[in-house]
Amino acid sequence: MAVASKPPALRRRKTGKKGDVPRSIGTSSIMWLLAVVYGLPLIWFLLSSFKPAGDLFSYPLTVFPKHWTVSGYTQAWTKFDVAQYFVNTLIVAVSATLLTIVASAAAGYALAKYNSWWLKIFAGCILLTTMLPGETILAPLFVVIRNIGLYNSLAGVVVPAVITATGTFMFRQFFVTVPNDLLEAARIDGSSELSTFIRIMLPLARPIVLTLAIFSFQWRWNDFLWPLIILNDPNQFTLQIGVASIVGAQNVNWSVLLGASVLSMLPLIAIYLVFQKYVMSADINAGLKD
Amino acid sequence: MVDSVQAEPRSVSAGGEPAPTRPRWWPKRKLNSYTTAPLLMISINLVLFLLFFIWPAVIGLNYSFTSYTGVGPAPYVGLDNYERLLNDSAFYAALWRTLIYTGAVVPLTFVASLGTAYLLVSQHSKGKTVTRVIFFMPWLISPIIAGVIWRWLFGENFGLVNFVITELGGKALPWQSNANLSLIVVVIAATWMGTAFNMLLFVAALKNVPTSYYEAADLDGANAWQKFRRITLPAIAPTSFIVVLLSTLHTMKEYGLIFAINAGGPGTQNNLIVQYIYTTGFRKAQIGYASAASFVLLLILVIIAVVQLLASRRKGS
Repeated sequence: MAVASKPPALRRRKTGKKGDVPRSIGTSSIMWLLAVVYGLPLIWFLLSSFKPAGDLFSYPLTVFPKHWTVSGYTQAWTKFDVAQYFVNTLIVAVSATLLTIVASAAAGYALAKYNSWWLKIFAGCILLTTMLPGETILAPLFVVIRNIGLYNSLAGVVVPAVITATGTFMFRQFFVTVPNDLLEAARIDGSSELSTFIRIMLPLARPIVLTLAIFSFQWRWNDFLWPLIILNDPNQFTLQIGVASIVGAQNVNWSVLLGASVLSMLPLIAIYLVFQKYVMSADINAGLKD
Repeated sequence: MVDSVQAEPRSVSAGGEPAPTRPRWWPKRKLNSYTTAPLLMISINLVLFLLFFIWPAVIGLNYSFTSYTGVGPAPYVGLDNYERLLNDSAFYAALWRTLIYTGAVVPLTFVASLGTAYLLVSQHSKGKTVTRVIFFMPWLISPIIAGVIWRWLFGENFGLVNFVITELGGKALPWQSNANLSLIVVVIAATWMGTAFNMLLFVAALKNVPTSYYEAADLDGANAWQKFRRITLPAIAPTSFIVVLLSTLHTMKEYGLIFAINAGGPGTQNNLIVQYIYTTGFRKAQIGYASAASFVLLLILVIIAVVQLLASRRKGS
């Protein structure tokens, strides 16, 4: 792969210093070697998922399936409720993402454009949530969810996940860069604070909205431990718990497992490929991740 | 929200007034004279914070002094849970395993993400648009699925890795039934997964290093390693700190990945700390005891963060 793309690329180089060509070959081959190492597990997994169940374990292993089949996929989709898990996960991820954006944008805007002692304390509290992750208060958090009646419901998965320091500070950082003059001009024109935020500021923050949307969607789509604790009814399971229940079985049904796993990855990969630039150029210097 | 324009004098204690950039004819403090609007804007996050952080933290601390089981009364037992924890060999085993795991994953992730970021920023490498996507792909994959992928690769009787080893004349390795080999698989998988996001941070940092530094070094005849060691590393130090801190905190909390690869096995030998808390709290229904373990974990995380913060401060000065 590397070799094929090299010659035209090399010719394009402008500054033809001596030693650049071998160096370019060296650097490129190291990079492509690493890319192969990183891509291999996924490729092998994908190719295996198209093998019939009987061929999965038959030695010698072959790279490409001898008979291509999608039986693992169809079986996963119909018999193992992957369709239902899909719908549940979609509900969780979409609603959590929408709520996260609203909550983070509003809070981030308040932190950027207003100044008071209680807002500073609030900012500190939000930062604290990164130090006090859900995992460290797992058991009491569960009790709280049960007390407010959200146990065994998708809402119980969504609601606690809405607050995120990453999102809030992403928006704060962005709104700090928006000139205050804009806000003051709106005030002079008689726009109320909230309508200034909704009608002027939020549209400006479109790139941040999209970036956080992708991040939030990924967090919720891939969440495992929290849904596992909250959801008890198999009809409510999200994809990750569904797949985990296949893995946790006494005899792992690899054919179904491979199909279900690949299916569960597809939406995120599709979203990523479409909105790539919002992820890759994300200004995540706030340096926080969930 | 008409009432939000009430002109309330700003509290004096606010302090830290940003320096005025240029003279203006309207009073500056107008920006600060709102209460209702910002309060409304932070309201969702504020309620969630009180509900899902303060409340559980308070009752969690409370439970850690009781033998609560999730239902019925919560008898007060004082410091019993903590004393029991200090003598619980399973807890120590989980903690020790977590530290080994973190100690392996964090440096590997650091090197891998810095390395890939360096290659992606380098002007000498070709095909970056494609490799960037490949390196980033694992970020999209959940810990559970990543676990499944690596379990499939390292299966003892059916995995590609053992197949290749035997084809090359070696002996198949017990990737599932040997505790240390199992952990190695998890470490590799975690590094594979953790590279993408940190790589993104490093790419941003590397792009921000002024090129004039490199040009000056070129004139002085510095080689690539010297430039990397003397210019790049110091310039990206703040990002390096963030990457190490976040990776450490994140790795300490790992559960999904190891669950999917070997469920903390063989046996309980690779149970990490979160799995220990989960099992005690939710499988054995010892909420009080699990809360105590949670607070010990929290304490450890805080200590790690503070130590790293101090270390970076000292280096910086």
